[in-house]
Amino acid sequence: MLANKRMLALGTGAVAVAMTVAACSSGAVQSGNGSTGAAGGAVTLKVATVNNGQMKDMEKLKSEYEKANPGVTVNFQVMEEGDLRAAVTADVASGAGQYDIVTIGAYETPQWGANGWLVDLTPELQADASYDVADLLPPVRDVNTFDNKLFAVPFYGESSILMYNKEVMDKAGVTIPQNPSWQQVADAAKKVNTADMAGICMRGKPGWGDLFAPLTTVVQTFGGNWYDSSWKATVDTPEWKQAVSFYKTMLDQSGEKDPVSYSFNECLTALKEGKAAMWADASVAASMLEAADSPVKGKMGYAHMPVDKTKESGWLWSWNLAIPTSTKQKDAAVKFVKWATSKDYIKLVGTKIGWSNVPPGSRTSTYDIPEYKDAAKAYAPITLDVMSSVNPKQPGINPQGWVGIQYVSIPEFQDVGNQCAQLVADYLADRGTIDDALSKCQSIAQAAGDKHKK
Amino acid sequence: MTTTTTTSQPSELEDVRASTATDKRRVQRTELWRNRGLLLPAVIFLILLTQIPFLTTIGFSLTKWNLLYPNDRAFAGFDNYTSALTSGDLWPSIRATVLITAFSVTLAVLFGLLFAVLLDRPFRGRALARTLMITPFLIMPAAASLIWKYSMFDTNIGMLNWVFRSLHLPVVAWSTEHPMATVVIVLTWQFTPFMMLILLAGLQGQDKGILEAAQVDGAGTWRTFTWITLPHLRMYIEIGVLLGSVIILQVFDPIAILTKGTGGTKTLAYLLYERAFIGLDVGQAAAYGVVTVVLTIIVATIALKSVFKVFMAGGSR
Repeated sequence: MLANKRMLALGTGAVAVAMTVAACSSGAVQSGNGSTGAAGGAVTLKVATVNNGQMKDMEKLKSEYEKANPGVTVNFQVMEEGDLRAAVTADVASGAGQYDIVTIGAYETPQWGANGWLVDLTPELQADASYDVADLLPPVRDVNTFDNKLFAVPFYGESSILMYNKEVMDKAGVTIPQNPSWQQVADAAKKVNTADMAGICMRGKPGWGDLFAPLTTVVQTFGGNWYDSSWKATVDTPEWKQAVSFYKTMLDQSGEKDPVSYSFNECLTALKEGKAAMWADASVAASMLEAADSPVKGKMGYAHMPVDKTKESGWLWSWNLAIPTSTKQKDAAVKFVKWATSKDYIKLVGTKIGWSNVPPGSRTSTYDIPEYKDAAKAYAPITLDVMSSVNPKQPGINPQGWVGIQYVSIPEFQDVGNQCAQLVADYLADRGTIDDALSKCQSIAQAAGDKHKK
Repeated sequence: MTTTTTTSQPSELEDVRASTATDKRRVQRTELWRNRGLLLPAVIFLILLTQIPFLTTIGFSLTKWNLLYPNDRAFAGFDNYTSALTSGDLWPSIRATVLITAFSVTLAVLFGLLFAVLLDRPFRGRALARTLMITPFLIMPAAASLIWKYSMFDTNIGMLNWVFRSLHLPVVAWSTEHPMATVVIVLTWQFTPFMMLILLAGLQGQDKGILEAAQVDGAGTWRTFTWITLPHLRMYIEIGVLLGSVIILQVFDPIAILTKGTGGTKTLAYLLYERAFIGLDVGQAAAYGVVTVVLTIIVATIALKSVFKVFMAGGSR
C-alpha cells in the first residue's frame, strides 16, 4: 500500500506542478502593485522579460533611466522563454495586472492585440516626433500591427540568412550568389560534403521553433503554406511534399549526420569547428560566428536565404515591448517603453556596453551609426537588406490570413507545429513515409484551423 | 501465571484468562488510539499533500480549459477523457513507457549484478572503484543526458562515434536512427550503480559458510552462483526492480534532451508535459494524468500481489 500511495503521489505530483503554474503567477500579484504612484509620487514599474543577452543589457542600463527619471524604480523579472510565455499569458489573460511592461514575441502581438489585452501604442508614439515611428523597420512594424494599431514596439529583430565558409567554397571552386536558389545551395552542399565536413547544417530537432522555423520558410518559397486565406489546412499538397522531400534529400546527401539532435546551437558549434560548410539560420548567428573567440571569424560569407519560387525567403522574428491594458501606470510604462526602443538607447548600449551588443533589427537608423557599421561590417548590411525586403503579409506565393513568416499567429500553432515536427522527424529518420506524415499533419492542422474559420 | 494456571480450577482459569484478555485489549486499544493520535498530524499532512492535488486534478480534467483561451472555460464532462482515449496518443505512449522501463531495468539489473559480483571480491583499490562506480547515479538526470548527447553520441565529437571511426565502421546517428536505444543506454548507465549497490548489499549479507560447504561438496563456481547465490539475491533483485521501475516510469530528461519524443520514445511523462506546456491544454493534460494514475495503480497492485514476494505477509521462503 505504501508503494501504491507513493506512486499516486508521484503521478499526481507531475500534474500538480503543471496546474499550479497559473496559480504561481497570480500569487505574486499583491506585491506587484504595492506602490502605485500618482504623478509626482514614487512609481515602480515591473517588467517581465526573456533571458536573452540584449534584454539583460537593458536590465544593466536601467539605472541610467532611473537617474534621468527621479522617483521611478524599474524592476525586472527575467525568465526563460517558455516560463515567460506561461507567466505572462496567465497574468495578462486574467487581467491580474502584475506587470506594467511585458516582453512578447512577434507571434503573440497580433493575437493579444485582437483579444484586447494590450494598450494601443500608435497615438502616443506618433505624437512624439523625436521617437520617429517611421524609423522602425517596416516589416517588423507590420508583424506587430493588428487592425492598423501598433500594439508592441520591437526591441530587437532578426531574419534568416545563408552563412557559408568562404575558404571551403573557394577550395571547391564553388561560388554562392548573393540571392541563391535552394537548388544551387543543395548542389554546392553536395560538392563540398566530405566525411569530415557536412556540406550544410540545417535544424532537424523536432519542435515548432526548431525544425519548423527554417522548414516553414522552405515550404513557403516552394509555394506551399500551412493554411490558405480561408483557414483550410494545406499541408497535404504537392508543394509541401516537394519542399519536405527536398529538405530530406539535402540532409541525406550532404547534411549533418544526426539531424534530430541538431538545432541552432549545435549547428553553430559545427560551423565554428569546421564540421559544416554552410548553414541557413537566424541572422543573429552571424554576430556569433564573427565574435572575437570564433575560429571562423573573418572566413565567413553571407547571402540571402535561398529561394525557390519567391523572391525572398528570410523569416522575421522580433522580441517586443508591450503594455498590458491591466496596468495602472500606463503613462510611466509608455515613457519607459519609448526610452528602451529609442535611437538614444541604441547609442547608450553602444557606448556603455559595446557596439557589437547593440540590439539589431529594430530601427533603420541603427545601420547608419558609423561605430556599429564598423563593428558589424560583415553582416550588418545584409541583415538590414533582408529585414527590409521580406514581406510578412504574404511570404509565400498565395495570400494568407495572418501576418507573419515562419509561424501562423493562432494560439494552436505551437501545438500543431510541434506534433507535425515529430511526424516529419520520423520521415527524416526513415521511420515513416512522407505521405503518412503529411496526411496526419494535415488533420492536426485542420482541427486547429476549423476554430478560426469565419 | 504458571502457578495460577496449575493450581486453580478449570472454571477459575477461564475467568482469569478472560479478564486478562479484556484488560489487555483495552490497554491495546487506548495505546493504539494514542499511537494513532501521534501519527494524526503526519497523516493529515500526507492527505493534504497527496490527495488534494489529486482531487484538484480530477476537477481540472472535467473542465474545458486551454490557457490560450482564458475566457472560454467551462464544465466539459468527460470530453477530455474521450479525446485522451481516442486521440491515439495514449497507447503508443504506454507502449513507449513500458518498453523503456523494461529494457532499462533489465539491463541495469544485469550489469548491476555483474559489477556487484566483481566488486564483492577483495582487491586493491576496491573502495575507490566502488566510489567511481556509483557516480553515474549521483549526477543530475538532465546533466547526464547532456553529457551523453555531446560527449558520447555526437556524430562529430562523440566518443562512441570516434571508436566506430577508428574501427572503420560507419558513424551512427544515435538520436535519429536509434532513439529508443539512445534513451535506454543513458538510463541503463544511470541506474546500473543503483542496482549494483542493492545487489552488493545482498552479496555481502550472504553466509560464506554455505558457499564453502558447496565448494566442499564439489559444486563449481557456476553452479554455486546459480543455485545458491542467485536464489539468495532474489529478494534484493525484486526490491531493485521495483524501485528502479517506479523511478524510470516517470523518466523525462533524456527524452526531452535527446529524442524529443520521436521514434517511439514519447513516454507518458513526456506526453503529459507536451499537453500541458506546449498544447497549454490544462483540461486534457489533467485527464491524461488521471488516466496515468489509474493505470499505475492497477499495474502496481497486480505486481505487488503476484510477482514481488518480498512484500507478501510472512515471506514465503
